[in-house]
Amino acid sequence: MNLKRLAVLGLVVPLIAACSSTAGTPASTGSGAGSSQIIVGLITKTETNPFFVKMKEGAQAKAAELGVKLLTGAGAKDGDNEGQVTAMENMINAGAKGILITPSDTKAIVPSIQKARAAGVVVIALDTATDPQSASDALFATDNFAAGTLIGQWAAKAMAGKTPVIATLDLAPGITVGAQWHNGFLQGMGLVSGITGTATDLATSKEVVCAQDTHGDQTEGQTAMENCLSKNSTINLVYTINEPAAFGAYTALKNAGKEKDVTIVSVDGGCQGVQGVVDGKIAATSQQYPLKMASMGVEAIVKYAKDGTKPTGYTDTGVTLITDKAQSGVASKDSTFGSANCWGTK
Amino acid sequence: MSSEQSAALDKRPGIVKVLLASPILGPIVALLLACIFFAVMSQRFLTGPNFSLILQQVTVVGVLAIGQTLVIITTGIDLSNGMVMALSGVLMASFAAQKGLNPILAITIGLLVAMGLGLLNGGLVTGIGLPAFIVTLGTLNIAYALTRIYTTSTITNLPASLTFLGNTFNVGGTAIANGTVLMLVLYAITWFAMKYTPAGRSVYAVGDNVEAARLAGINTRRVLLGVYTIAGLAYGIAALLQVARTGVGDPQAGQTSNLDSITAVVLGGTSLFGGRGSIVGTLLGALIVGVFRNGLQLLGVESTYQVLITGILVIAAVSVDQLTHRK
Repeated sequence: MNLKRLAVLGLVVPLIAACSSTAGTPASTGSGAGSSQIIVGLITKTETNPFFVKMKEGAQAKAAELGVKLLTGAGAKDGDNEGQVTAMENMINAGAKGILITPSDTKAIVPSIQKARAAGVVVIALDTATDPQSASDALFATDNFAAGTLIGQWAAKAMAGKTPVIATLDLAPGITVGAQWHNGFLQGMGLVSGITGTATDLATSKEVVCAQDTHGDQTEGQTAMENCLSKNSTINLVYTINEPAAFGAYTALKNAGKEKDVTIVSVDGGCQGVQGVVDGKIAATSQQYPLKMASMGVEAIVKYAKDGTKPTGYTDTGVTLITDKAQSGVASKDSTFGSANCWGTK
Repeated sequence: MSSEQSAALDKRPGIVKVLLASPILGPIVALLLACIFFAVMSQRFLTGPNFSLILQQVTVVGVLAIGQTLVIITTGIDLSNGMVMALSGVLMASFAAQKGLNPILAITIGLLVAMGLGLLNGGLVTGIGLPAFIVTLGTLNIAYALTRIYTTSTITNLPASLTFLGNTFNVGGTAIANGTVLMLVLYAITWFAMKYTPAGRSVYAVGDNVEAARLAGINTRRVLLGVYTIAGLAYGIAALLQVARTGVGDPQAGQTSNLDSITAVVLGGTSLFGGRGSIVGTLLGALIVGVFRNGLQLLGVESTYQVLITGILVIAAVSVDQLTHRK
C-alpha cells in the first residue's frame, strides 16, 4: 500500500513540475492564430442576460469585421466580482490589447483594472461606469440618469390630472445603475429635485407607496407587485427597472383585475419589451443600445492597438423613449422604431 | 472484508483495483490530460507566469475547500462557507479601513467570527442532531443577511497589511503570490494532520461509522465540533485571501463559493458518503477547475463551456467513486 502511495507521489511531483515549469520560451505549438493578431477582451456581468448576449453579438460582429480575436468572459452571476477579476487576469495573460467590461461591482473591480492598466492594457467600461469613473480609460454607456428622467417626464404628462400613487420595482441595493434609473424617474416626474446621476441611494417621495427589489427578474417582479398591491390597492403607476420585472408586474396586476387602470413604465428596450409596448402591457420604455456600446468598444481598442490612440472620457451611446402614446414636449419614437432597433430575440 | 467480497474484488478489472488503491490517481490523470491538452492548444498556457496565475486564482476556493473536505469526510456538507467568508472579509476590511483598528486585530475579529459560525454549525449538528445540509443552509442565509445588514457597499482603501497576501515575490522571473504559498502551507499542514495525528484519524473514523467510532472510545461530538470550527477558521483565512486578492471588502463575494468548493472536493475524489477522501485530492480538484477556466479563456472559448465541462467532470468523478466502491 505504502509503495503504491509512493508511486502516486512519484506521479504528482513531475506533474506539478510539468505544469509549472517556467520555461521562459513558450512552447511553439501551433495555435492557429498568428501571434501578431490583435486580441480584444469582453467581460460582461453574466452570460445569460439578453442585454449582455446582445452586447457580445455586437462585439463578435465587429471583431470579425476587423479581423481581430475576441475573448469573452463573465461572472457566474450578477455581483460576482471575483469571476470578473479572474477573467480579466486570464485575458491579460492571453495578450489582450484592451478589455471591455461591464463592472458587476463598480468599486470592487477598480484595483484589478488598475493592475490591468499598469500592464499596458486599455480598459473601457461598457454600460456601467466604474466608481470612480476615471478608473477606466473610457466609458461607453447609456446616460442612465437621462434614461430614467425620460420615462419620468413621460409619466408626468401621461398622468396629468390624476394623483400618482407609485410603486417602484427596483434592482438591488448598492448597484449604481438601479439608483440612477430610479432617481431619474422621480426627478423626471418632478417629485424630487436636486438629485444627480452620481447618487447611489434611492430617492423617495410621498407618492411612492411601495418600493421593492426585483433583481430584474420576472418572478420576483410579480411577487413584488403582488405585495405592493396588498399594501396599497390604489397604485396607478408602476416604475420597473427592466422589462422582465415589468411583465411580472403586469401579470400580478392582471390577476388582480387592475391591468387597465395602472400605467407601467420601464427601462431597457429589449425586443420582448418593445413587444410589450405593442401589446399595451408596458406604456413606455427607455431603449438602450448595447450592441453599439460593444462595437464602438472593439473599434476603439483596435485603434489603440494600431496607432496607440487611447480612448478617453465618456461617450453617450444614446437612449430613446419608446411609446405608442406620445406626449407633447417629451421626445419619443413609436414601437415600430423600437422593434427595428431593439436588442435580444424578437 | 469477507471472502466473498474479496473474491468479488478479484474479479474487478485492473483499473478499478488501481483506483481503489490510490483514489487521487483519477484527479491526477484528469489534471495531467487537461494540462497537456491546453499546452498543445495554446502557446501561452505552459508558462510559469500563467501557472502561477492559475494557482493564485484557486487560492480562495482552494482554502474554502480545505474546510469543506473535512466536513464532507464526516458525512456532512457545508453550504454556508461562501457567505461566512463574505461576512468575515467585510468585517476585516471595515474594521481595518473604516474603524481604524489595528489590521491584525481586524483580521483576528474576522477569523473569530468565521470560527464562531463554524462552531454554531457544529453545535447544531451535534447538539440537536440536525442534518448538516439544513443547518448550513440556515447559516448561509444568516451570514448573507448579516453581511447585507452590516454594509451593502464595497469597502475600499484598505491598509497595505490587509492586502499583503495579494503581493507577489519573484522566483526565476515568475511572480508568485504570498497567498499561493499560504494555501500550499495550509494544505501541507492539513494533509499531515489528517494522515498522521490521532485527531485526523478520528475524523475519518467518525465519518466512516459514527457508532463504531463512539464505541472505540472516540469523543465523536468533540471531533465534529472541532471539524466545523476548524472549517470556520479555513473560511476566515479564505476571506483574508479574497480581500487581498481583490483589494476590497466585497459584500457580494462568495455567492457561488459553496458549490465551487464542493466541486473541488468531489473532483478530488472525496466521497460524499463520508469516511474516505484526501486533502491532496481536493487541491487537485480545485486546480482542475482553475486549469479549465484559464485554458478555455486563453483559447477564447465562451465561459459557458467551462461550466459544461465542470458539470461533466463532477458526474464522472462521482461515478468513478460509486462504481469502484460498489459492494
